[in-house]
Amino acid sequence: MAKKEQDLQEVVEQAIAQQKVPHVKFKGINPRNIDIARLTKPSKETRQERWGKGLTALAIVLIGLLIVAIIGFVGMHGLATFFTDKVNIFQFLFSTDWNPGAGPKHVGAAAMIVTSFAVTLLAAMIATPFAIAVALFMTEYESGKRANLLQSVMELLVGIPSVVYGFLGLTVIVPAVRTIFGGTGFGILTATLILFVMVLPTITSLTVDAFKAVPKELRKSSAALGATRWQTIFHVVLRAARARIMTAIIFGMARAFGEALAVQMAIGNAVLMPYNLVSPAATLTSQLTSQMGNTVMGTLPNNALWSLALLLLIMSLVFNFLVHLIGKKS
Amino acid sequence: MENWQTKKTYIKKFSEEDCAVYTQNLSVFYGGTIQKLFDVSLGFKKNTITALIGASGSGKSTFLRSLNRMNDQVARVDGKIMFHDLDVNQKKINVYELRKAIGMVFQKPNPFPKSIRENIVYALKANGQQDKQKLDQIVEESLRAAALWDEVKDKLDKSALALSGGQQQRLCIARAIALKPEILLLDEPASALDPVSTAKLEDTLKQLRKKYTMVMVTHNMQQASRISEYTAFFHLGHALEYDTTTNIFTNPQGEITERYIQGSFG
Repeated sequence: MAKKEQDLQEVVEQAIAQQKVPHVKFKGINPRNIDIARLTKPSKETRQERWGKGLTALAIVLIGLLIVAIIGFVGMHGLATFFTDKVNIFQFLFSTDWNPGAGPKHVGAAAMIVTSFAVTLLAAMIATPFAIAVALFMTEYESGKRANLLQSVMELLVGIPSVVYGFLGLTVIVPAVRTIFGGTGFGILTATLILFVMVLPTITSLTVDAFKAVPKELRKSSAALGATRWQTIFHVVLRAARARIMTAIIFGMARAFGEALAVQMAIGNAVLMPYNLVSPAATLTSQLTSQMGNTVMGTLPNNALWSLALLLLIMSLVFNFLVHLIGKKS
Repeated sequence: MENWQTKKTYIKKFSEEDCAVYTQNLSVFYGGTIQKLFDVSLGFKKNTITALIGASGSGKSTFLRSLNRMNDQVARVDGKIMFHDLDVNQKKINVYELRKAIGMVFQKPNPFPKSIRENIVYALKANGQQDKQKLDQIVEESLRAAALWDEVKDKLDKSALALSGGQQQRLCIARAIALKPEILLLDEPASALDPVSTAKLEDTLKQLRKKYTMVMVTHNMQQASRISEYTAFFHLGHALEYDTTTNIFTNPQGEITERYIQGSFG
């Protein structure tokens, strides 16, 4: 036994000498005497743990209460239209007759629902190709300074307040649309063009993340198969990033759907079923912003507006649900 | 080890006709000035497996990647790479065609997030091949060649990501074979696999030797000795020794090679 240990010692010493590895000798450190009694008592550390856990739990509870309160309040007032004022829910969803002041038979939000979806879908449809192109440029073709510059420009677009977008739209796009397409210049087309610029950075930056998440090895092995960069992008990168691009588009749509101010300034605010892209219309949000000061709490017109708010809330839940669904699937 | 540069190198030479590809004074520079590979001249005999061994950072992977111009984006490559009497290390060479003739398989199994079938036909389709029957035939042939056909023939349209690591790596080989290359470059193809998958992969490579010339970077010296006919030893960017695998492992000429083989460094 002793011989074996000696041999081992020799081998180790030899290896250290040969490889010239600087090594540390442990001499002065020994196990301390463990105080068994302390193992069963709380210490500073355990109190800290409890504190930390308690603080975060408290924050969670407060935020949770806040969320429940918001949903509860919106739900209570939004549902009052149907339960207190006896408005038929199908009438609310499918009738285009919106005049809540005239009684419960005239609470139909279909025109606003259609307009909201129209501007949202159109804005996303125009923004997505541009967002993908910009994101491809930033990740696949340029990665250095120019990509960073582009990134800053995109961030700048996010930072501009929506009232500025609305003002710009009112001053530039409304007259342009009027000149080119006729009509008043207010309508879905104008709102769509403003929303396109507003959702572009959202979709772009999430799409950039989507492309960055595609492993480099996939690009390399595609190149090793003799594929050009464009073939690689088209068949491999886009394919691999598909789910996350969908998520990006839905986030963009959620933003477009919820945007109020800029849309209100450009859409014309006439609660009518849009019959073309340049006829004045109103979205759920634009109607809410323009009318909320004109109603009295607790009356039918006020409750009807809360119903619109409830619909917006439900839609944002749907958008979130879609994002989760896609995330799970991929 | 200090004065290794003055030591002799022992490089086996083949006649040019025997080689599927050979290099003359291949040097690689990163960032313009940092030289990672120094005048490497090696020839790879047709229908053999050649192993490239050496410690991390010895330049063996850099050398391998240069052979099908995968270093184009990241480094400057000087010297000649002779393939069918043509120096393919020139600007005018169509790298896309070159890479179809000299295929490559990477360390980590990396199938595309597509079905098994689409993984194989991807490059062919991108190349303009549309005939469904022909594509199906190539899918079967390449999967058979990669010894994967029996395991996946019933799930060709399932996602390739559902395969095990070893199966994925053999799919990557099938994917490269589908382009009918002459040469396969393998960059540590088994290092991410468990022993059983590694054994299967090695069997596959041995089968493929009849048709293809293979150059394989490996850290696993048992693997090199098991399946390669020739072995090149790289050290700090230099090819120090190149000979039959038997000679390298039983009778290395250089001192550094000997010490590396014995495992005293690296």
